[in-house]
Amino acid sequence: MLTRLRLMFRSTAVRLSALYILLFALCAAFLVFYVTAMSERLLVQQTRQSLEEEVGDIQRAYGRGGVNLLLRIMERRARQPGANLYVIAGPNGEMLAGNVASVQPGVLDQEGWTRFPFSYEPYSESGDARPHMATANVLFLDSGLRIMIGRDLGEPARFRSIVRRALMVALAIMGVGALVIWFGIGRNALKRIDRMSAASQKIMAGDLSQRLPVGRSGDEFDRLSDSLNAMLGRIEKLNEGLRQVSDNIAHDLKTPLTRLRNKAADALAEKNEDTRQVALEGIIGESDQLIRTFNALLMISRVEAGSIAAEMSDVDLSTITADSAELYEPVADEAGLRLETEIEPGLTVSGNRELIGQAIFNLLDNAIKYSGEGEGEPAIKVKLGQRDGTFRLSVCDNGPGIPADKRGEVTKRFVRLDESRSKPGTGLGLSLVEAVMELHGGSLELSATDETNLQAPGLAITMVFPAPKP
Amino acid sequence: MATSTGYSLRAGESDGAKTGADAIVPHMKILVIEDDLEAAAYMTKAFREAGIVADHASDGESGLFMGTENAYDVMVIDRMLPRRDGISVISELRKRGINTPVLILSALGQVDDRVTGLRAGGDDYLPKPYAFSELLARVEVLGRRKGTPEQDMVYRVGDLELDRLSHEVKRNGKEILLQPREFRLLEYLMKNAGQVVTRTMLLENVWDYHFDPQTNVIDVHVSRLRSKIEKDFDRPLLKTIRGAGYMIKDEG
Repeated sequence: MLTRLRLMFRSTAVRLSALYILLFALCAAFLVFYVTAMSERLLVQQTRQSLEEEVGDIQRAYGRGGVNLLLRIMERRARQPGANLYVIAGPNGEMLAGNVASVQPGVLDQEGWTRFPFSYEPYSESGDARPHMATANVLFLDSGLRIMIGRDLGEPARFRSIVRRALMVALAIMGVGALVIWFGIGRNALKRIDRMSAASQKIMAGDLSQRLPVGRSGDEFDRLSDSLNAMLGRIEKLNEGLRQVSDNIAHDLKTPLTRLRNKAADALAEKNEDTRQVALEGIIGESDQLIRTFNALLMISRVEAGSIAAEMSDVDLSTITADSAELYEPVADEAGLRLETEIEPGLTVSGNRELIGQAIFNLLDNAIKYSGEGEGEPAIKVKLGQRDGTFRLSVCDNGPGIPADKRGEVTKRFVRLDESRSKPGTGLGLSLVEAVMELHGGSLELSATDETNLQAPGLAITMVFPAPKP
Repeated sequence: MATSTGYSLRAGESDGAKTGADAIVPHMKILVIEDDLEAAAYMTKAFREAGIVADHASDGESGLFMGTENAYDVMVIDRMLPRRDGISVISELRKRGINTPVLILSALGQVDDRVTGLRAGGDDYLPKPYAFSELLARVEVLGRRKGTPEQDMVYRVGDLELDRLSHEVKRNGKEILLQPREFRLLEYLMKNAGQVVTRTMLLENVWDYHFDPQTNVIDVHVSRLRSKIEKDFDRPLLKTIRGAGYMIKDEG
């Protein structure tokens, strides 16, 4: 419990609320004393005012009817319930008559208002003669008599103490409530933070699927947890992608490396000079393929890192597209494909000619590789045009196409939908195209060339470039 | 082996020294500046087997010294070197008036690096990892560059004739019609007649793209060209060098 309290004091929220409670208590105490003091002063003032009036009455009565009238009036007044205090004293201050048993000595020796509240003993039938406090005005008459008219101060004091007690009780209740709430909040916050750190511990231990707990209140804790969870989600996705890539690298590089090693072993064992020559050439071919794969991987990472962006210039998209189509026309022809072009001239973007060229090459490679598999006369169409502020370069084939739900897959590194991997290729072609498009602030769209043809919908891959601002 | 005597041969004399079938006499002397000792050892050995004498320097300063003191036909310079980086070695060499062709090797290897390297005075650029055949072909072409008369208006290989001005190609006096791109392809092959040119070199010089074509796209163009220049003639001129590239040469 103690350690828990100490822990609680370490939390910012708890420290702040403690400070708040202290300030609140100070203000409240000041308020209580101020209110009661003010109300007491008001009461005393009212008392004095009424006494003053009475003194005036007495003086007037004395002036009109002398001592007799004075005594009569005083006697009548003294009998009334809740009456003021009346004393008539001789010239030396000795008490002659009045409705009090005794007053504090010296009170009657000075004319005017008593400076401080004084004590007096009232008449008491039960014999309980506790001294009371009073304030009074003393009047010296020209006959030598002294008159004291006073009022018991019990009432304002009682009032003050009632108000004070009521306020104190109210404040005490508020204070206790605040303490309870504070304790509850502090404990709650502490608990939530404990839960959050427990979750983070698990995440740090490697379980990236863990998420921080999120409450329903949508408060700052929940908002923090929400954004941390979003971050974790992104990290998990990236991590997943990385793992996928390294798995693929392991597979896609291990296979050719093993093959390379086997071929080298075979070549070493080969006695026949000609056969060995062929085996060695096979090894070279195999290594070249590996180098290609590495280069493609390096290229993609560099394009993704954006470090090539420095080499941007105005690129005539129309010319590159036409050149690429021309370069691939014989290849398509050899594969028994018709290659058609529909190129809008004069479209220029800011970009890297090499990368755009390589991206188009990759698309054409793909199209030629997979087009022949469809029905009907295989054909590839290369289109370049503009639409809605974008330049769209499409390479469309009429092959078997890619089902809509798998289209997102093919741009991932090493992903090849053809499980048997019977076609040559690194599985990196479209990854590079996508990276190149991202570098150019564009995007890559995959769709069917002809949705209505169910046998061979074909694949249309479109490089979407943002058109340069005029 | 003739290689031991080969070291004493001046680069210029080696051309005249026609070799026998079994002896390899160096026809070129190059300097390799490369800090990876294993790679350098492999390179010098492989170059020697191809008839090229390769000296080796393992850092930028000693490379600069050797490049200044000795006459080489070609220098192969790694971009990242201890004591003085490759780019600085090249610009210093050029400042000292040494115009030996330089091939830059780079592990950084992408388009922008290539531009930086060439701007600093390099003549060719090869990103790592590379196939040695690619490096060899490029070094051979760079080494011959000095001797190739750029101003030659007509290239001849055997009975094949290419007129660079009129864009006419004739074989044995008979005109062969070529597409513009096929003409440039043949022009580049004939300019480097007797030397291996790789597919990447063809893509660079004929189509002006500086990356590995990855697929057989160049092969298709070459085989089209080959069918045009060889179809009606019995003697082949355009050879495929397996694992390396192509070479045009008159064997007769």
